[in-house]
Amino acid sequence: MMTKFSPGSDLLMFVLFTAAILTMPIWLAPIGAGYPDLLQKFAIFGLFALGFNILFGLTGYLSFGHAAFLGIGSYAAVWSFKLLGMNPLPALLFSVVFSSLFAVAIGYVSLRRSGIYFSILTLAFAQMSYNLAYSVLTPITNGETGLRVLQSDPRLFDGASAASGPLISNLFGIEMTGYPGFYFCAALLIIGFYISQRIFRSPFGMMLRAVKSNQNRMSYTGLNTRPYTLAAFVISGIFSGVAGSLLAVTDPLAGAERMQWTASGEVVLMTILGGAGTLLGPILGAGLIKYFENIFSAYNEQTLHAIFSFLPDFMEGPVVSIASLFVGEGWHLTLGLLFMVIVIFLPGGIMEGFNRIGKLFRRRPSQPTKRAGHSHSAASAHAAE
Amino acid sequence: MEILSVTGVNKRFGGLKALDDVNLSVEQGNVHAIIGPNGAGKSTLLNCFVGRLIPDTGSVTFLGKDLIGAKPHEINQAGVSRVFQTPEIFGDLTLLENVMIPTLAKRDGAFTMNAWTRVDGQGEIRDKAMHMLEDVGLAEKKDMNADALSRGDKRRLELAMCLVQDPKLLLLDEPTAGMSRADTNNTIDLLKRIGERGITKIVIEHDMHVVFSLASKISVLAQGTVIAEGQPEDIKGDPRVQEAYLGGAHV
Repeated sequence: MMTKFSPGSDLLMFVLFTAAILTMPIWLAPIGAGYPDLLQKFAIFGLFALGFNILFGLTGYLSFGHAAFLGIGSYAAVWSFKLLGMNPLPALLFSVVFSSLFAVAIGYVSLRRSGIYFSILTLAFAQMSYNLAYSVLTPITNGETGLRVLQSDPRLFDGASAASGPLISNLFGIEMTGYPGFYFCAALLIIGFYISQRIFRSPFGMMLRAVKSNQNRMSYTGLNTRPYTLAAFVISGIFSGVAGSLLAVTDPLAGAERMQWTASGEVVLMTILGGAGTLLGPILGAGLIKYFENIFSAYNEQTLHAIFSFLPDFMEGPVVSIASLFVGEGWHLTLGLLFMVIVIFLPGGIMEGFNRIGKLFRRRPSQPTKRAGHSHSAASAHAAE
Repeated sequence: MEILSVTGVNKRFGGLKALDDVNLSVEQGNVHAIIGPNGAGKSTLLNCFVGRLIPDTGSVTFLGKDLIGAKPHEINQAGVSRVFQTPEIFGDLTLLENVMIPTLAKRDGAFTMNAWTRVDGQGEIRDKAMHMLEDVGLAEKKDMNADALSRGDKRRLELAMCLVQDPKLLLLDEPTAGMSRADTNNTIDLLKRIGERGITKIVIEHDMHVVFSLASKISVLAQGTVIAEGQPEDIKGDPRVQEAYLGGAHV
């Protein structure tokens, strides 16, 4: 396993990954995903899933409450905007501090149990945070309305000119919307990927995989498993917090629904869909789900009629009415079907699919392995665990 | 020199008295075998040494350190390693990783946040683990997943994981259970070679062939108490031992 990954192949993988992320606006344009709002979501939720994977993929601890950290990161970022001004860097710092504090507290309690009990504990904490944000903590979270930046907020470091300007996060004059916003998120995704890659290849990462494999043997080998799992939990909590703050950077608004259990469930789906325990899988899964959400939910009966207009009239009607169940509001149905197909036929997620394809090519050594074509699939051949 | 001393250990499970005032003294460098019929309390006793069970009364001291109430990883860090009856290994990891983990545990202690260096950059640890795998004859399988090994190989891997830590005391719970005769003899040879390193061992075993080819001292446990103790030759002819094993219907 470890012999497959030399420092050289890892560097190549990182360079290809960076190139692929930075050129996303170009190569995603043909499939209708090349617009900044969606690209920002790809990067942000990619980072979220990447962090979740450090806990779930390596240690096998299935947290069902990671959305809590997403929400905490968002609130921390908006508070940083309100108090310190619209610069995203203090917002990131705020979210790191607060998400790690919460992760230490929640992790310390939840990690006393494993398996389903751990999942339930994290779920309980997330739902608790969600309900607190809605009710008791309204002075901090602004309850149902959501937390926004107001013109009357102190914003200490914003100059007089910015004070009356639009309430959009800006990095030394660059407004964090559109493509600049995407590149800011992409930069953090790339940093996150680098950290994650270092962890995967490190002795610490090996210990985390040992936790997943056999905790009993670990204790009798002289290793204390609790601090290892807690460290993984906190790191993944910080990743989620940063992802949450990026949501606020690209759109300075934080609402409690970001912490709801559906959001926690989504990141589980993303990670499993892409391939838990692999480096690239969770990012692919996040991209796929966000793509489906945006593209399929935008379809309506008119667009379906346009697509199926080549069919004779008596067939077009039924086909459109069946297909319309799977688009628009019903895009979750498509997602559910896709998820079922992946889990049944490719339990290792999309990455397992890539590996199987890779093996088909490797079996015939006379043929050169397909590497050059697509930057993503080339990198994925290395990422297999 | 005495390395492990057990005095007055009692353990009850409900109405069953599993250990009844057990006293035991293990000398440094010895291979001390604990034998006895099924249900005599051998495994319970071993569990008391590694922190899996806490005895009701009595004390277990290892080189002057009280082991009662210590966590399993603390006991291991003090120098006690254990081979289990059913092999406990990291099934999803490769053999080399399986052996590197205990090597790292020995070097870095119970917890180290070593997240920025690479595993394949740990040359010294890797070499040590490779040597150990060569010693137990598993070197060519180093990149296999441990789950794919045969039962005998798993046992040898677990032994390698314990030995690579250079323990002061090695506990073996039926190291040859479920092995073929050939595998058993291989394991005996391996354990004898380990003996040359001067590691003290406690062996629990049913197979008398194994016991008499390894042990320098034998304690016989029956119904939770030590009924006989001594050199292998003395134990062989002891009428109390025969009674415990055969039920005392004949003499």
